[in-house]
Amino acid sequence: MSNLMNGAKILLECLAREGVDCFFGYPGGVTLPFYDALYEHSIKHVLVRHEENACFAASGYARATGKVGVCCATSGPGATNLVTGLVDSLMDSIPVVAITGQVTSKLIGSDAFQEADTFGITRSCTKHNYMVKTVAELPQIIHEAFYLAASGRPGPVLVDIPKDIFQAQGHYTPVDQIHLRGYRVTTDGHTGQIRRAAQMIWESERPMVYAGGGIIAAGAETELKDFVERADVPAVCTLMGLGGLSSNHPNFISMPGMHGSYAANMALSGCDLLIALGVRFDDRVTGRLAAFAPHARVIHVDIDPAEISKNRQADIPIVGDVKRVLQKLNRVIGELEPQLRTKTAPGRRAWWKQIREWKDQHPYDSPRSDSEIKPQHLMAEIDRLSGGEAIVATDVGQHQMWAAQLIRFNHPRLWINSGGLGAMGFGLPAAIGAQFARPDKLVFAIVGDGGFQMSIPELATIASYGLPVKIIVMNNGYLGMVRQWQELFYNNRLSSVQLDCFPDAEKLAGAYGFRGSTVENPRELAVALEAAVREPGPYLLNVRVTPFENVYPMVPAGGAINEMVLSAPLTAAK
Amino acid sequence: MLQVISVLLENKPGALMRVTGLLTARGYNIESLTVARTLDPDLSRMSIVVDVEERLRSQVIKQMNKLVNVLQATDLTDCPAVCREMTLLRVRAPLEKRATIIKEAEIFGARVVDSSIDGFVIEATGDSEKLDEFLDVMQSYGDIDVTRSGAIAVSLELRKLRLQPPIHLAASLAEAEEEETNGVLNG
Repeated sequence: MSNLMNGAKILLECLAREGVDCFFGYPGGVTLPFYDALYEHSIKHVLVRHEENACFAASGYARATGKVGVCCATSGPGATNLVTGLVDSLMDSIPVVAITGQVTSKLIGSDAFQEADTFGITRSCTKHNYMVKTVAELPQIIHEAFYLAASGRPGPVLVDIPKDIFQAQGHYTPVDQIHLRGYRVTTDGHTGQIRRAAQMIWESERPMVYAGGGIIAAGAETELKDFVERADVPAVCTLMGLGGLSSNHPNFISMPGMHGSYAANMALSGCDLLIALGVRFDDRVTGRLAAFAPHARVIHVDIDPAEISKNRQADIPIVGDVKRVLQKLNRVIGELEPQLRTKTAPGRRAWWKQIREWKDQHPYDSPRSDSEIKPQHLMAEIDRLSGGEAIVATDVGQHQMWAAQLIRFNHPRLWINSGGLGAMGFGLPAAIGAQFARPDKLVFAIVGDGGFQMSIPELATIASYGLPVKIIVMNNGYLGMVRQWQELFYNNRLSSVQLDCFPDAEKLAGAYGFRGSTVENPRELAVALEAAVREPGPYLLNVRVTPFENVYPMVPAGGAINEMVLSAPLTAAK
Repeated sequence: MLQVISVLLENKPGALMRVTGLLTARGYNIESLTVARTLDPDLSRMSIVVDVEERLRSQVIKQMNKLVNVLQATDLTDCPAVCREMTLLRVRAPLEKRATIIKEAEIFGARVVDSSIDGFVIEATGDSEKLDEFLDVMQSYGDIDVTRSGAIAVSLELRKLRLQPPIHLAASLAEAEEEETNGVLNG
C-alpha cells in the first residue's frame, strides 16, 4: 500500500493509525495546510481558546483514559504557549504528543514571522522531541513519538513540523517497525530481588505501602489491591496515586505529605519497612528527607532507574513495570506466607491497632457552620454526590488539598490534577479533556477563584461543544494557599493575594449561553450542587466560602512529616 | 580532581544539547567536552570532563542513560581507563632560542608541526597534568597561544551494550486499531 499525498495528510493517516479519535488545538499560519487536510478528515479536532489549554486538555484526556493525549499549535507563540502544559505532563509522567507547526525549512534561523526555536525551547520540557526534516521521515517520527510518550515512564513528546513538510508530497507507506536503540525500558523486575523483597515483607512487623502515580500509569490497581490484602499491609496513596487503591478499601490510610492525614504521616514515620511503588519521594510527601521514615528499610519499585535512590537510598531496588513486579511479588508472597507469617503476626496486630488509633485520634478536619460555607463542607457535599465514581479535575491550591483529603475515589483515573508542576489554570481545561475522553462520566472541575480566572476563555469551548462539565468555583476571594503561608509565616502581611471583582457567575455563564449561579448560604449548598449535577449541560456554580479557612494538617516547609500542625493556632491573626 | 564521563550517543541534531543540558540545568560547568563519530557513523562518542560530587554525578549519569539518543553513559572516574588530551600551541620565539625550544619539546614528546619566521606550531599529547607542565615550560620562552582539545578517554573494561531491539508496530497498534473499528473513528 503506497500512495502519494502531502505531509499534512500523512500526519493524519499516522494519527488515525495510532487510534487518535480527538485532539485539542488552535490553528495558525504555518499549520494552515494541516488544518486544510483536517477539514475533510474524520478525526475530531477540538478548538480550544488558548494553546496552553490545548495541552492541559490533552493531559486531562490522557489522565482520564491512559491513552496518549494529543494537542496541536502553530509556530512561535502557539508553540511557546504549550510549554507550561508540556512541563506539567513531564512532571506527572502523562503521555502527550504535541504537534507544532514551524516556519518553512529555508526560513528557520532567519527570525521569520512567528518563528521560535521550538525544538530548543521544549528540549527540557519533554521526554523527547523531534524536528521533521523531510516528509519521508514523518511517519517514522510520529509513530516513535507515540511509542515514546506511552511506553516506559510516560511523558510528553513534541514533534515540530515546518510548513513545507506539511505541503510536500510523499509516498505514504505505513511504518512496520521503529528502532530506538538507546531507549531501553526494563519492565520485568529482577526475580531474585522480588524474592528478597517478599522475604523482607514477611519479616516486617510494621510495613507500609507508599503508592503513587506509577500505579495509575501502569494500570496496577488490581495487583495493588491483591498485594495489600495478601501481605496484610496498610497503604497510603500520594496525591498522584489517589484511586490507585480504592478510598473505601480497609487498608487505605489516605494521603501522606504536607497536607496529608495524621494517620498517614505517623504511619510512614513509624514503619519499619517502606514498600514504595511507583513513587519518587517528592518533597511535598517526604518533608525533611533525613527525618522521613527514619526507622524503615526501603523496597523501591519504579520503571525509571533514575528515580531509584534519587532522594532516598533503597535497600531493595527493583526496576520494572510496577504491574508486572506486583504480579510476581504476589505469587512469591503467597509461597512464602506459611513459613514466615506466624513470626511477625503479633507485631502486625499491634501495628494495625496503632494505625487505627491514629486514624481515630485525628481524622481530617471537617468543620461546618450555620452562617457560612466551609470549604470542607463543600468538598464533603461533592463527595456525597460523586460517591467515589465521578471524575474530579482540580486546579492548584487550597481547594485541591481539601478535595484530595475529602473526596473519595473508588477507581484510578478519576482524580485529575497538576501534582508535580502545580500549574494554576489546569483544572478547567483538564476537565474538558476528561469529558471528551469519558462522555459517559459526571465530570467536576473544582477550581479556586484564582485558577478559574486563568481559564475563563475555555468557557467558550465548553459552551461550543455543550460539554456537561460541572464547574465548581471554591471562591474565598483570595489566592488561598499563598494567603495561608503569608498568614502563618509572613506575619499575616497579605501581599497581593486578595482577588476582588470576581464576575457574577450567573451573568458570566449566561453570557456564554449556559446556566450558572452563586451560593453562599450553607443550608442552600446541597440543593445548589444537586441542581448543577441535574443540569443536562454545563453549569457554573460559584460557591462563596469562608475566606480565612486554612488547610490542616500542615507540615511546615522543611519540617519532618510527623511534626504536623493539626489545626489553626489560637494566636493566628484573623 | 576532575571526573570523566564517557557517552555513546546517536549522531543526531540536538543529541549533544540533551546530554549537556542535564549538566547545565543543574548549574554545573563543563570543564571540557569532545565529541566525534565512532566506527559506526550513526554514533558519536563524547568525553565530558566535569567537577560534580559523586552522588549527584551518578544521578546525572542515570538521567543521561535515560535519554532516547544515548546508548550508554559511563562514569570513567574510578574505572580503569586511559585518558589523553592534545594541545596545539604557537610559540613566538627569536631564531637563537629555537634549538632550545625544540629540545625542550622533545623531552615532552611534542613535535613541531609548522614553522615560520615568527615561530613554531607545536603539537603535544598526554594526560592533562603533563600538558599543564609542558605549557608552563613553553611560556618561559615567550608568548604562546594555546588550543587544547579537552580530554578524551577510553575505558579498559569491556562493557556490555544493552540495546533496544526493533519494535513491531502492528502488535503495539493492535489495540488502538481495534478501538478504531469499534466506531470511535468511523462513528
